[in-house]
Amino acid sequence: MIASGHSSTRLLDGAVLVGLALFPLLMPGYLDLGTRMVILTLFALSLDILVGYCGLVTLGHAAFFGVGAYAAGIFAIRVWAEPVVGLVVGGAAAALLGLVSGAMLLRSRRLTLIVLSLATVLIVQEIANKMNWLTGGADGLPGISMRPVLGQFSFDLFGRVSYTYAAIVLAVGFLAFRAVVDSNFGKSLVGIRENETRMHALGTPVGGRLRMAFVMSAALAGVAGALQAQVTQFVSLNVVSVELSGEVLIMLILGGAGRRYGAFLGAPLYVFMQDYLAREDPANWYLWIGLLLLAIVFLAPGGLTAWTGALARRLPWRRP
Amino acid sequence: MWEFVDLLISLTFYGTAYGMILYCLAVGLSVTLGLMRFVNLAHGVFAMTGGYLTVTAMSRLGFAFLPAVAVSVVAVGALGMLVERTLCRRLYSAPILEQVLFSIGLIFVSSAVARYFFGPLAQPIELPAWLSGRIDIGVGVFPAYRVFLIGAGAVLAFAIWAGVERSRFGASVRAAVDNRRMAESVGINVNRVFTICFGLGTGLAALGGSLGADLLPIYPGYPNDYLVYFLIIVAVAGLGNLRGAFFVALTFGVSDTVVRYFLPDLGRILILLMIMAVLSYKPHGFAPKTHA
Amino acid sequence: MKKTLACCIVAGVLASLGCQAAPADTTAIKVGMILTYSGPDASIGEAIDRGAELFLALHRSDLPPGVELQLIKRDETGPTPDIAQRLARELIVREGVQILTGGQWTPNVSAIAPLVTEAGIPYVVMSSGTASTTRLSPFMVRVGFTTWQHSYHMGQWAAMNGLRRASTIVSDYAAGVDAETAFVLGFTDAGGTIVSSVRAPLRTADYVPFLERIRRDNPPALYAFNPGGPEATRFIKAYDDLGLAEAGIQLIGPNAIVPDDELENMGDAAVGVISASHYSADGDRAANRTFVNAWKQAYGQDSLPNYFAVGGWDGMGAIVHAIRAQNGELEVGRTRELLSNWSNPDSPRGPMRIDPETRDVIHNIYIRRVERVDGELRNVEFATIPSVKDPWKELNPEAAGGASSGGR
Repeated sequence: MIASGHSSTRLLDGAVLVGLALFPLLMPGYLDLGTRMVILTLFALSLDILVGYCGLVTLGHAAFFGVGAYAAGIFAIRVWAEPVVGLVVGGAAAALLGLVSGAMLLRSRRLTLIVLSLATVLIVQEIANKMNWLTGGADGLPGISMRPVLGQFSFDLFGRVSYTYAAIVLAVGFLAFRAVVDSNFGKSLVGIRENETRMHALGTPVGGRLRMAFVMSAALAGVAGALQAQVTQFVSLNVVSVELSGEVLIMLILGGAGRRYGAFLGAPLYVFMQDYLAREDPANWYLWIGLLLLAIVFLAPGGLTAWTGALARRLPWRRP
Repeated sequence: MWEFVDLLISLTFYGTAYGMILYCLAVGLSVTLGLMRFVNLAHGVFAMTGGYLTVTAMSRLGFAFLPAVAVSVVAVGALGMLVERTLCRRLYSAPILEQVLFSIGLIFVSSAVARYFFGPLAQPIELPAWLSGRIDIGVGVFPAYRVFLIGAGAVLAFAIWAGVERSRFGASVRAAVDNRRMAESVGINVNRVFTICFGLGTGLAALGGSLGADLLPIYPGYPNDYLVYFLIIVAVAGLGNLRGAFFVALTFGVSDTVVRYFLPDLGRILILLMIMAVLSYKPHGFAPKTHA
Repeated sequence: MKKTLACCIVAGVLASLGCQAAPADTTAIKVGMILTYSGPDASIGEAIDRGAELFLALHRSDLPPGVELQLIKRDETGPTPDIAQRLARELIVREGVQILTGGQWTPNVSAIAPLVTEAGIPYVVMSSGTASTTRLSPFMVRVGFTTWQHSYHMGQWAAMNGLRRASTIVSDYAAGVDAETAFVLGFTDAGGTIVSSVRAPLRTADYVPFLERIRRDNPPALYAFNPGGPEATRFIKAYDDLGLAEAGIQLIGPNAIVPDDELENMGDAAVGVISASHYSADGDRAANRTFVNAWKQAYGQDSLPNYFAVGGWDGMGAIVHAIRAQNGELEVGRTRELLSNWSNPDSPRGPMRIDPETRDVIHNIYIRRVERVDGELRNVEFATIPSVKDPWKELNPEAAGGASSGGR
């Protein structure tokens, strides 16, 4: 694991931001794919706080993504279609859900936590389905027509504004993520993950810290959801599904949880594979993805970042 | 008044049958997850495989229902032991995340394989004549198949109690999980115990899948559809609480049926909220407290 | 440095624009088709795809000489509108398709609608039954069916044929609620009375508690709706377990409750179920017999087409017609006009045409009963309601100012 503050960390952080900026120049025809990658990277990043740094495995994270998406979409249709405000609304709504559900979920671990998180996302999905006068139900919520970002840049058919907008939000989100993870608060989370009993013994307010992290993670996921609602101008029940919760967990594990850059490797890889296979061999999508997961488990546990980390350590100039 | 009693009887019966099939499916998970602490979300895969084998044995090889079920239970149990020895064994000490990832990978691959060999549609199962139709069990006339499910569930619960919980084997498993080194030093072959235990869990899954094939159709999406139910039962019962799984499954089956009858619109939300309340209050389920 | 960067950006944008500004090749017309090819609902996408491909294979000679139809397919992986929208954008911007088709899920179609309007691409919707869908974009033409055509007329037929009281049970999601509203309106309009209504959550494992309620109400008829597939089988099994048929409760519904491919799984429990559909594989028409034979030859003697496949078949028919009438040189306005006025008197489903006012399909609705014929379970047509327009749109004329979806 890379120690924060290390010069290579700063370099890599910078490389990530540069990569985000360069993408539209390198692949101008793939901006819509890139936008999807960006949104899901932000989502996976939010999950990393919980899974990677707190060590809490959940299968219900789409509840926050979905709540953020619906909040932003409904806000845009009924109140004000300003994009940045919409992001804040989405994040706030998800944070609220995080506060409420965290109180119930965080006293449990392992299997019970998984079951409670599943129950949460299923309940949110049922409510979204039933309140179809507000959410559009299974048919979805169309007609989200966003005003131009900052009054200047309107969303267009080619997706340039969408990508830039999403990339900037991701960059800001990453900076927030860095701030949390590099702080003492973040380090205490890792401590809780490694040895909870010990942290209790040291007097750390474990419950409070975890709830705080949970709310932050939820808020960031909500912003990602709001972003998707605004960029696609549509929300439907699939944003609040168990399937999506599983997918984002897979993306994170592919990249490597708790390793800072896992989301940036895992999410784009997953999206790329999905897109590639959707074209070449859609019927066998599950087979290939399943095999990839099994390969990662047995050949590269810890995900791609662990694997690249191990490779990097073998580089001649890195050897002690 | 009698209308109401009749209704209660009916709901209790159907709820119990539903609970029993859930028990048959969940008890195997209680064994692998509960006893062995291995997060096996792919439990439904073995149930599905059992279902497919039973259906194939009946339609292609001409087996009768019960022999087909027996064959599939043994076959899947053996398959489970193979999977345990080659794959699971390496993951016992791995973080929960790896175990979850492994289960998900297994679900995906098996769904794809099932779809390839059997197609995306559900498998037709032809129940034997003695299981078709309705019979009078005194308090009312009910479908023979569901009566059978209740009976089978009760027999299974007893067999598990006698054969696992109260036997030396059960004790060895608990010992091996609690303290592997101590168990080994006392002469317990931990590797073998785990293998047999996993085989037992998967065999039970196959039993549940086969017995329930008429109620819960076998198709490639099977592991995903019913996963939540098994997990709920095992979580509420508490890890390692096999007897508890029986009672929890029954309670869940009956409550779910009753709630869905009286409040069909809110049924699912209400049941989920109840589960959440129970688990928040008792995060370790109703397992008797042994260690932390 | 900045200038170089600016030049690069401009060049990049121009390059991507340039790719689709090139003149349409007169020998290859690109048609994009977005369906679900993976996941639990892949069988529906596969059926639509097969129908479309079969039509294309048998009617290649219908295309003008030197003109080829290039079908570019993409997998939307399920009811995921964000993926569908992205694929549509990719097909329009990167591949330069001139016509878009597919349209399996309402949310996906809704997400694509603003895109086709903005880009000016005709969109032939082959499935997706929500009535208000065609109002989402003036470029959309639907060749499939609408839920209201099935359910409203099921209600009308039932009330006029001796089933004067009915209960309903539908799956609790947009399509189910839509079907319930349609049935209730059709039924009550024709003089029927609704006894009770129940909504069951999607993916219900055990329908017994809901059907127990119905058993106690004991109506002469029960109208049901579920998404089809294994769910339909679970429903029929529970219906059979509780002995509802013996109690004299006639089960009626749209074709989804007795899909042709699930009938064998349902077994004898399904015999006697009456349903309304625009297509049955057993339909006794020359065009259908040819279609089914061609299907079996192409896809195996054991396989049967269903109403999804017919949507694919007719959708491709409409597209080929539009290409042929313009001799391979497609002009958007003319294509839209041709599609909106298209008719096929010889479709496997019977005579069908598109209503130019609503851009929606007009076809016959058949009332069928499940019977055992030659040892196999079939949906046998016994009554026909001819030339059915979409009732919802008739009852909810478009208000000035665009789409209203109040009918849900």
